[in-house]
Amino acid sequence: MGRIAALTRNPVMIALVASLAIAGCASKKTPNSAADLGLSGAGAASPGSAQDFTVNIGDRIFFDTDSSSIRADAQTTLSRQAQWLNQYRQYAIVIEGHADERGTREYNLALGARRAAATRDFLVARGVSGQRLKTISYGKERPVAVCDDISCWSQNRRAVTTISGAGS
Amino acid sequence: MKSILKPLLMIVAMALGMTAAATLPARALVELNVNKGNIEPLPIAITDFQGGDALGAEISGIVSADLKRSGLFAPIDKSAFIEKISNPDATPRFEDWKVINAQALVTGSVSKEADGRVRAQYRLWDTFAGQQMSGEQFFANDANTRRVAHIIADAIYERLTGEKGYFDTRVVFIDESGAKNARKKRLAIMDQDGANVRYLSDGRSIVLTPRFSPNRQEITYMSYESGQPKVYLLQIETGQRELVGDFPGMTFAPRFSPDGQKVIMSLLRDDGNSNIFAMDLRSRSTTRLTNSTAIDTSPSYSPDGSKVVFTSDRGGRAQIYVMGADGSGQTRISFGDGVYSTPVWSPRGDLIAFTKQTAGEFQIGVMRVDGSGERILSTGFQQEGPTWAPNGRVLMFFRDSAGGPKLVSVDLTGRNEQSIPTANFASDPAWSPLLE
Repeated sequence: MGRIAALTRNPVMIALVASLAIAGCASKKTPNSAADLGLSGAGAASPGSAQDFTVNIGDRIFFDTDSSSIRADAQTTLSRQAQWLNQYRQYAIVIEGHADERGTREYNLALGARRAAATRDFLVARGVSGQRLKTISYGKERPVAVCDDISCWSQNRRAVTTISGAGS
Repeated sequence: MKSILKPLLMIVAMALGMTAAATLPARALVELNVNKGNIEPLPIAITDFQGGDALGAEISGIVSADLKRSGLFAPIDKSAFIEKISNPDATPRFEDWKVINAQALVTGSVSKEADGRVRAQYRLWDTFAGQQMSGEQFFANDANTRRVAHIIADAIYERLTGEKGYFDTRVVFIDESGAKNARKKRLAIMDQDGANVRYLSDGRSIVLTPRFSPNRQEITYMSYESGQPKVYLLQIETGQRELVGDFPGMTFAPRFSPDGQKVIMSLLRDDGNSNIFAMDLRSRSTTRLTNSTAIDTSPSYSPDGSKVVFTSDRGGRAQIYVMGADGSGQTRISFGDGVYSTPVWSPRGDLIAFTKQTAGEFQIGVMRVDGSGERILSTGFQQEGPTWAPNGRVLMFFRDSAGGPKLVSVDLTGRNEQSIPTANFASDPAWSPLLE
């Protein structure tokens, strides 16, 4: 009772709590591009650099729970990736498949592998040479987001296209 | 394969002669029926073993802790003891033990032999029948006093329950340290009670899912050390390692066959799905057991080697299937409301333990081998990966809470849950057979 009374005497505090709640909701949006992930400096990277790929193209796509289907938003990202990778052919490509923690370890290794393969197949269908592409699954062993709720799990269900061999 | 294994232990067991009291006609001996649904823990008095300075109390402490953690025994606080045992070989004053409701009494002694070995002996007494139930002595080298205590605890457990114990065993597991997004994972081995931890890998590569060979000397596990995740064999004592098979893609989810001659595992297909293969460790020949455009993984043999239980999502979501060891007759056995994975066949052959995800929670449960009689033993926010104690009465698994995973055991009643102390976070426990 005392606490409620104190709050009603402090309308500013109520407003503050309300605005924090709104901010909390907004931050739970699933990030879909490098910019959403807070990788700033878009446009600053020199074209054809690894930074250009990560920042301007977007190196990762996200999946629905227990799914390896390439979502519409991910198709857009992968099409951009394919175009860029076809332009800059000096890079070798490893696609990492990842799962969130809401599955058992061995199953998630298999699920991560399936996501990496689906991503690879999409890029190959867009003209990227299969010879440049390797896949690896990390299952749920390498989360990028470490909270215990949906906002993190959705970021961890991902396939990341990593490139190496710049300048060769 | 060259074997330069040194004997882990020299333990010689001898039965101790019965004392005069043992010649009394036997009345109904104290015993525990572990098949009863609701087990009242048996009150037992475990006296400090005589001699050996602090060693005597240490041994009785380990015996007491083992029996207590089983959930079947209630060791009585030493401060309640009336008779002070001075000669562990003499018939105790049973009245003094009955009055504190000790239904069973353990006396014992420990001493150093001239050759440096430790000699430990125990006697188990039935206080109400007024007679000795069993007695044995053991010789062990100095480094194995904890093992002697576990062996004595196993002998008491077996005498009173009629079933083999599981205390003289080890657990391989993954020791985890560091932040969640940069976890260092090391292969480690310890006694089943968390003592004597030893590291078997340096933590530079991710290692996962270690499993014991039935011969107790080898582990199969998965490692990222070559870049691609692959299944390896490790000789525990020598540290010698080798790759299992020469497959193009990821191999994972390994387990030994009951005869130790084969490793069964998943192999990633080029289309992104996973199938189950068995590899003969002598001939190196491989046999494909499943061929589905699905995830088939987590295979585990029945103890007679004739069948394999595994996880597959061929029906849409992960469920448990059973097939012949040649891949024949693949049949779904789990039909409950949820997703099932990590099936493990009980060493007794009667049950399959599993992880089930339902309603946002993870459950550890058991079902009969035809999928009937599902029972959930433990429910939590994030837990998985059961492994059986060699007597098929207890499961160990890992539970993620407070920032990382820890090991937990639960018995088949589901009522006796115990945490296993580890210095760091720990996951993927795999129980050894009883040591030899």
